Parts: sequence; C-alpha cells; structure tokens
Amino acid sequence: MSMIETKNLHYDYVQYVDDNEQPQILHAIKGVDLSVERGQFVAIIGHNGSGKSTLAKHLNALLLPTEGTVWVSGMDTKDEKYLWEIRKNAGMVFQNPDNQIIASVVEEDVAFGPENIGVPTDEIWRRVDEALAITGMTAYREHSPNRLSGGQKQRVAIAGVMAMQPKCIILDEPTAMLDPSGRKDVLEALMELNRKHKVTIILITHYMEETIDADKVFVMEDGIVVMSGTPREVFLRVEELQQIGLDVPQVTYLAHELVKEGLNIKEPILSIEEMVEAICRLN
Amino acid sequence: MSIKLENVSYVYSSGTAYEIKAVDNVSFEIKQGEFVGMIGHTGSGKSTVIQHLNGLVKPTSGKVLFNGEDVWAENYDRRALRFHVGLVFQYPEYQLFETTVLKDVCFGPKNQGLSDEDALKAAKKALEMVGAPEDIFEKSPLDLSGGQKRRVAIAGVLAMNPDVLVLDEPMAGLDPRGKKEILDMIADLHEKNGITIVLVSHSMEDVAVYVDRLIVMDKGKKAFDGNPKEIFAHYRELEKMGLSAPQVTYLMYALRDKGFDIDTTAITVSEAKEAILKALGR
Repeated sequence: MSMIETKNLHYDYVQYVDDNEQPQILHAIKGVDLSVERGQFVAIIGHNGSGKSTLAKHLNALLLPTEGTVWVSGMDTKDEKYLWEIRKNAGMVFQNPDNQIIASVVEEDVAFGPENIGVPTDEIWRRVDEALAITGMTAYREHSPNRLSGGQKQRVAIAGVMAMQPKCIILDEPTAMLDPSGRKDVLEALMELNRKHKVTIILITHYMEETIDADKVFVMEDGIVVMSGTPREVFLRVEELQQIGLDVPQVTYLAHELVKEGLNIKEPILSIEEMVEAICRLN
Repeated sequence: MSIKLENVSYVYSSGTAYEIKAVDNVSFEIKQGEFVGMIGHTGSGKSTVIQHLNGLVKPTSGKVLFNGEDVWAENYDRRALRFHVGLVFQYPEYQLFETTVLKDVCFGPKNQGLSDEDALKAAKKALEMVGAPEDIFEKSPLDLSGGQKRRVAIAGVLAMNPDVLVLDEPMAGLDPRGKKEILDMIADLHEKNGITIVLVSHSMEDVAVYVDRLIVMDKGKKAFDGNPKEIFAHYRELEKMGLSAPQVTYLMYALRDKGFDIDTTAITVSEAKEAILKALGR
C-alpha cells in the first residue's frame, strides 16, 4: 500500500469578482495522479500558482478533491470517519515558522500536538525528548520560541509534528524565509528523519539544490504534473525546466553551458563533487 | 546624495533583562548611484540597520547623516527624508490595502501633498517603471499574482520619487522566474532611472550577479564591506556567520585543490564557465 496516492485529482475554487458579476471558477488542479511510497523522500517543484500548495493541502485532508480521490495509508480523505487518523498519519509544516508556534516555551510547543490527541503524560515527555533530539533542538527546550532564529523555529515546528509520530510529513516551502545556515539545518533534520527514522517526506520547495538527494521529483505546471522521475532524470531537462520558469542547481546549469561549449561532460551534474570529477576526467 | 552611518548602535529593550544590542558600532556611507547588497544571518541586524537609513528608528548612539546633515538634529525634517529614502519592507504586498491598484499607488504621492492629478501621474509612471501592465490598474490589488502584487507594492514606494530605494528581501517566497523578474526590474531602476539601491538578501547567488558592493552583517556588527568577489573569497568566515558563497565559487576552490590553475574569483555561472574553459586551455 502506498503512503499517499492520488487518482485523477481535480480541485476547483470559486473566485468572487464583484457583487454583480458571475463568480469565476478556477481550476487549481486538473488531474493529478501520483503515488508516494512509504519511506520515500519526494520533492515537488513548480512556480507560484502551479498548484503545489493546493496539492499539498489535499495530502492531509485540509482540502478535499472536487473530483478524483486521495488516499493516505489507504484511507480515502473524503471519508470523514478517517479524518483524525489521516491527520495523525500525515503532518504538515508551512512556510512561516511564526504562524505555527503557539506556546511560550519550546518544549510546551512540541508537546501541544500529542496533548491534544490525549497521549498520556509520560508518553508525551518521551516523544518531546525524542523529537527535540532528532531536530537538534534539545539545548533550546526551555527557551522562548520567539527568541530563536528562523531555522531554529522551523525545526521546532518540525519537532512539533514529529511528536505526533506521523508516518509522513508534508512541508510547504519550509525554507523560503530562512538564511543559508537555517536552510541547511532544516534540510539535515529532514534527511535524518527520512534516512534514520523512515519517515516519508514530501518537500515543496523553490530551492532546486534541496531536491538533489530526493528519491523522486515531481514538477507541477498549471495544475498538472508535467515531469516526474529521479532528480537525475528531471535535471537532465535543463531547457524545459527553464521554459516553465524553474531553475536547476548552479552546477547543473554550469555543466549544461560547458557541454554547449563542446566539453565532454555527462549530464546531469548535481553536485560540486560530481562536477570536479567530470572536469578532472577531461584533463 | 549620501547617507552616512557614523558609529551607530541600537539597543532593544534597553535596561531590561532582555536587552539586545541589535546594531553594534556600525559605520558606512552609501553614495549616489551605488547598487549595494546587504547580507547577514537572521538576527544579524540587517533590518534594524536599514530602518536607520530613513530615520524610522533612532540610534541609541552614533549619528545618521543625510547629505551631511544629522537627521536626528532638532528641527530636521525627517518626513522629507522618508520621501528621499524609500523603504520596501519584507512581503510588501501585505501592505496593499486600497480597492484598486492605481488608488493604492496614489496613496504615497497624495500624502506628499501632490494634487490628485499629479499623484495620478506619479502613480502611473511608477507602475510603468515596475513593468505593471495597464490592464491591472483598475483591478483589486488582492486579485493579483504574488509577483505582480510585489511589483505594485514597490511602485507604491517609487511613486514618491525617492533617490534611494532600500529593499528588504524583495525576492522572498517568489519562484525562480519571479525572482529574476524582480531583480531585473531593480537593476533597471538602478541603470535607467539612476536610483541608488540597497538590497537586503539571503541569496548569495543573486547578490553575486547584481550588486557592485556588499556589506556583510554579523551579530550586529559590520563584518565586511567591499567588492563581492573579494568578500566571497572569505567563504570560510562567511560560513561561520551562517552565510555561504555561491555554489560555483566552491567549485572553483575544489578544482584548485585538485591542482587546476584556475581563477577562484568566479562568483557567477558565466564567470565560472570562462574560468573553467581557460583552465582547460580551450
């Protein structure tokens, strides 16, 4: 059974323009079929307005499909009796850490989720300890969240989701507001969750560098998935990606430019190490 | 035009247990026509520094001089200063509030005391400068896409005809194309309209391409001030400050470590391409 599966997913929303005009129906998602296996690290890229975030909100039943079906661990999100079970299975982290932190002390914020679903106190503390350790935030457990850096706040938000022990975490541009070191810390925490703790990760991002270690990349454009595959398969298509307003990692682009100059480099190049190797081979 | 910070320090919650020195003895001068980038980790004091540039905050100690005059001197017209130095905050689209784009952009110039007609003229010119198409003028700003909203918000500041435009992370949250469009637009304002630009950013790759001068903030202090190429050569120190150099710069150093005779000052893809071709003797 897949962790998450969507079939022929459509989502429309109504935009009210003026009181006396006909409301417009906009199609945000126009038929998406995707499946994410348990334990995978999946990245979704696409420009603003391509439907990424709308798709993400379907993956833990924050939105319900206009047409088609979404299953989380085999449960149909439209079936109300599964709602809480689905939300326990799939946790969500958003872009702005300030909108997601509610308590005045880090450990209390992390404990909020499990407390809400009636986890016994001893177990809550055990989970809080574990979640803070995984995200590298143990040293800050008694700090006030509003005095942390952006990257630290985002890791607290991830710890809060972890404490719910979800099988899957969906992150909607979690690094968009962070500085380089904050971005790196968040990515490392996600890798650790995925590799060591086997949590399925679905990462929506504009930073192409963050997707190169993913198992699979989905590219969204105008409400559909236009490309999917391993990062190596997707980043081979530099020009197509640029055409739809996306980027590739700087070294990937550089390699592509050098190939155009006649250098014999096997594309795609995804990291500095690969590029160094390719150039050493030329010499 | 010149803005000068002389030994500026700023302390939040002074005298309480939460006292924080956000800006610590910072001095620099921004001159007419410069395109300056400012980088620094979250909490490094960047945003507090730029709020000194138009007199939004008063330094705890030190001086801010605009064209040689102390902006905190008695009788100094700080209201006029704010029209000379336009500040675009992070996520400026949250500040859009009027019913139509045109009315929103008119708000600034009207506040300056311009007549309705002149305000309209200023607004239209500003919208043209940011490349906003005419068919959105009568739309509600809330119905625009993210990138368009941001342009309109920047136009709102430009309509007041500032000499200096200070932008706090104007690309945050935009996709690669949106980012490039906003940056190209800012570069255009600098080149064609001669507006002095101060650009705060977290993207090393972007500042590398666009700015002539870089100011690096670290824990409230000015850590570096100079040519981006020279500064990115200090990538190890930048990393200690929670920053980095562009990916291609790391590549240049990695190749040098492998024995290539290569120019390590490349900070953009096209410079890196030239450097590699040259090192390979092509």
